[in-house]
Amino acid sequence: MAERERRITPPYGGVFVARKRVMDAEAVRRAVTRIAHEVIERNAGLTDVVIIGLQTGGVPLARSLAETLERIEGNGVEVPCGSLDVAFYRDDIGLRPVMPEAVTSIAVDLTGKVVVLVDDVLFTGRTIRAALDALTDYGRPKAVQLAVMIDRGHRELPIRPDYVGKNLPTRRDEAVDVHSDGVDLGDMINDRKPRP
Amino acid sequence: MKHLLSIAELGRDGLEELLDLTDSMIEVAERRIPKVPALRGKTVVSLFYEDSTRTRLSFETAAKRLSADTMNFSVSTSSVKKGESLRDTVLTIEAMGVDAIVVRHPSAGVPWQIASWVDASVINAGDGWHEHPTQALLDSYTIRERLGSLTDRHIAIVGDIKHSRVARSDVFAFTALGAHVTLVAPPTLLPPSLEGWPVAVSHDLDSVLKTVDVVYLLRMQKERQSEALLPSLREYTAQYGLTRERARLLGEDTLVMHPGPMNRGVEIAAEVADLPRAVITRQVANGVAVRSAVLFKLLSEPDGGSDA
Repeated sequence: MAERERRITPPYGGVFVARKRVMDAEAVRRAVTRIAHEVIERNAGLTDVVIIGLQTGGVPLARSLAETLERIEGNGVEVPCGSLDVAFYRDDIGLRPVMPEAVTSIAVDLTGKVVVLVDDVLFTGRTIRAALDALTDYGRPKAVQLAVMIDRGHRELPIRPDYVGKNLPTRRDEAVDVHSDGVDLGDMINDRKPRP
Repeated sequence: MKHLLSIAELGRDGLEELLDLTDSMIEVAERRIPKVPALRGKTVVSLFYEDSTRTRLSFETAAKRLSADTMNFSVSTSSVKKGESLRDTVLTIEAMGVDAIVVRHPSAGVPWQIASWVDASVINAGDGWHEHPTQALLDSYTIRERLGSLTDRHIAIVGDIKHSRVARSDVFAFTALGAHVTLVAPPTLLPPSLEGWPVAVSHDLDSVLKTVDVVYLLRMQKERQSEALLPSLREYTAQYGLTRERARLLGEDTLVMHPGPMNRGVEIAAEVADLPRAVITRQVANGVAVRSAVLFKLLSEPDGGSDA
């Protein structure tokens, strides 16, 4: 998600050009499986666990994490899975164009639940800050945990992940793209002028 | 986008962007706490030179759902009574530090005039017989919500087209989104020229009703009778009212819409307005969400938006 935002942030506007594949699809799948085991271990099962993916990059990962959890735990256990768009809670509204990418879908009351937030890339932490604010409008969770596929550093807020697919040291001006075939490290190439 | 003055300037992309954003606002409205902090610190003032309850309340609710502050400027209790000019009134309001001015005025074009005087965003909430863009947005949204899309849908707009800013904005919005529109009205209540209006015209409601997906009834104002544009309201109802008998001609899924306030028994029979196919109260609910979308779009732009 962080990368998508940077894509539309003047003066960064441009297209992602991959330089290096840092994880292939198989590595992502293994990381999801490991994170699933960690979630079960940390919470001593899946009672009250709800998975919520952040729009848009976290949503497919959240689905695959929820499916993996159900498969590992077995016994027909169901893990509720929702999606959250944090646009209305961001701290940079008015500084850059902010628009919701999709409609939030959280079907359960979060009061008393353990919410595992899922995002593709953890960067400045500002999206997670917005997400924590947003969650409080859906109830009062017992706990909120954070799972990310890539932690690329450069935090601007006191936020840390509980589950990490891969720690990836990056430069600030690099970009990370998580997609269905894996994870690429690359750059944003300017192909157009900043938005007027 | 800095202002919302007319549907004509929005175009299809602008319309669709606002309708998509409205989906998110509907989700906000359905929450346990239907409020987000998106426009904290922004101030929205409503400046109404004509009576209105629903539009004003709707904008106020829309702004509050986004945590904006709201102010009301009521002409009847203000210094306008003492002879203050529109320009002085607007500059005074702006000096108090407002980010958006929602304006309704009996003269067409006033929102453009105000936009040229101030830095704030201006939203047209109805100017004379000209436009009422947020009404057209909420109508389009309601149809899209019920029928999936407006593309190739057939919509009849029935009633006093000539004096209706709702009809004008609706025609441009519906056709821009791919619908076919038929205007149904007595010749005296059609505009003198329909040049540039992408519509068909009919004077026979019964035949039109059989083919439409939506029948949109306009409010018949009683003054039209004294202006000799109508022989009588009873005759209008007989020819152009959606009576109980006429409602039977409608297809199974045909929607009945009305911008409100309704004259039950004139343009719409009392029972017809309460049928499940009548989405009139849904229009009101969607109105709040659409107006939240408009306020967010205008007030979230960097540097308050560009004039482009």
